[in-house]
Amino acid sequence: MNGPHDMGGQQNFGPVDATEKPLFSDDWERRVLSLSLAMGATKAWNIDSSRFARESLPPAQYLASSYYEIWYAGVCKLMLERGLVTEAELASGDVLTPPLDVPGPLEASDVAAVLNRGGPVDRPALQPAGFAVGDRVRTRNQHPRNHTRLPGYARGRVGVIERIHGCHVFPDSNALGEGECQTWLYCVRFDGEELWGADGTAHAVNVDCWEPYLDPA
Amino acid sequence: MSDDHSHLDPIAVRVRALESLLVDKGYVKADALDALVDTYENRVGPRNGAQVVARAWVDPEYREWLQRDANAAIASLGFVGRQGEHMVVLENTADTHHLVVCTLCSCYPWPVLGLPPGWYKSAAYRSRAVIDPKGVLTDFGVSLPEGADIRVWDSTAEVRYMVLPMRPAGTEDMSEDALVELVTRDSMIGTGLALEPTGSAL
Repeated sequence: MNGPHDMGGQQNFGPVDATEKPLFSDDWERRVLSLSLAMGATKAWNIDSSRFARESLPPAQYLASSYYEIWYAGVCKLMLERGLVTEAELASGDVLTPPLDVPGPLEASDVAAVLNRGGPVDRPALQPAGFAVGDRVRTRNQHPRNHTRLPGYARGRVGVIERIHGCHVFPDSNALGEGECQTWLYCVRFDGEELWGADGTAHAVNVDCWEPYLDPA
Repeated sequence: MSDDHSHLDPIAVRVRALESLLVDKGYVKADALDALVDTYENRVGPRNGAQVVARAWVDPEYREWLQRDANAAIASLGFVGRQGEHMVVLENTADTHHLVVCTLCSCYPWPVLGLPPGWYKSAAYRSRAVIDPKGVLTDFGVSLPEGADIRVWDSTAEVRYMVLPMRPAGTEDMSEDALVELVTRDSMIGTGLALEPTGSAL
């Protein structure tokens, strides 16, 4: 989706405020983080679905929201979509409808083990890799309305395969609940000039690209 | 905490309602929420990554392992888990400086660096790091030697990148433990350099 989250190369957001600040500006931010992680751990949705929920907020809302406001909106959206809660429940905080079964609520005693295990996304290869290190590739000029991890600034550009990461879950399908559809993931190096002409200061930008984003060049 | 919500922001009230709802529905456990926050606020942070860097500085075999199989090399120091499942370490040299960003959201190597700082998640950083990394470094007060190339790594997949900063000159006699103190969080993202040794650090 060509959404407001796809920020690479946008201009006029001002300088980076590098001053050191607490991780959480207020306690509610802590709670949003932990609620999001705990709900993610139930496997009621996957990480790609959660990213899609956040980035598909209305653009004006996304840009006007703080980071954890976006997370709050995302988790609410995911739960509403799945019927886990209702709007009236979110507004009141009171249980008004029976809970649905979720695969597994996270117990405090399991937190360390669950976090340590993480969620690896490498999978057995279903076919040989289509590209080798050193191959020239061109990213596809595609504008899907759903989730994708090919940033706008890197579409239709020529780069070189620098590294093969292995076969990873394909977020474009996984975000929609249409399966992991694992496919080869490459680290592609783009010259700064290929991306930005004479107006950039990066010698190169590396972007991780799944095979369906790439054609030979 | 008082039950009087009148002093709270509207978003704080909504989040409190959400938490109470999810606990009462049985989807989340209150003590698990506390354990999650405690993990990332108190237990996991950039000190982990600093230990990886200091080890790489003093041990060439470890440094080579880190390049070849970052997951295993980092796990050998006890740092594993969520948002660090697929690690790659980028070694800075006199000629090449690496800078890590996530333009699409906020991907960051949690097991070695903890939660990302606010600026890493900001529109200013996410938008500018890929087109004008030199300008971003200026915002951080960092200027590189003339002729040094800047390479930017956009974390678009579940691969997580960590920078191995250059070891500062004049640290040859320092212990691994002392070197850890020179490794800043920003030096492992690429928006900073490792600290120069001072009298107290020696």
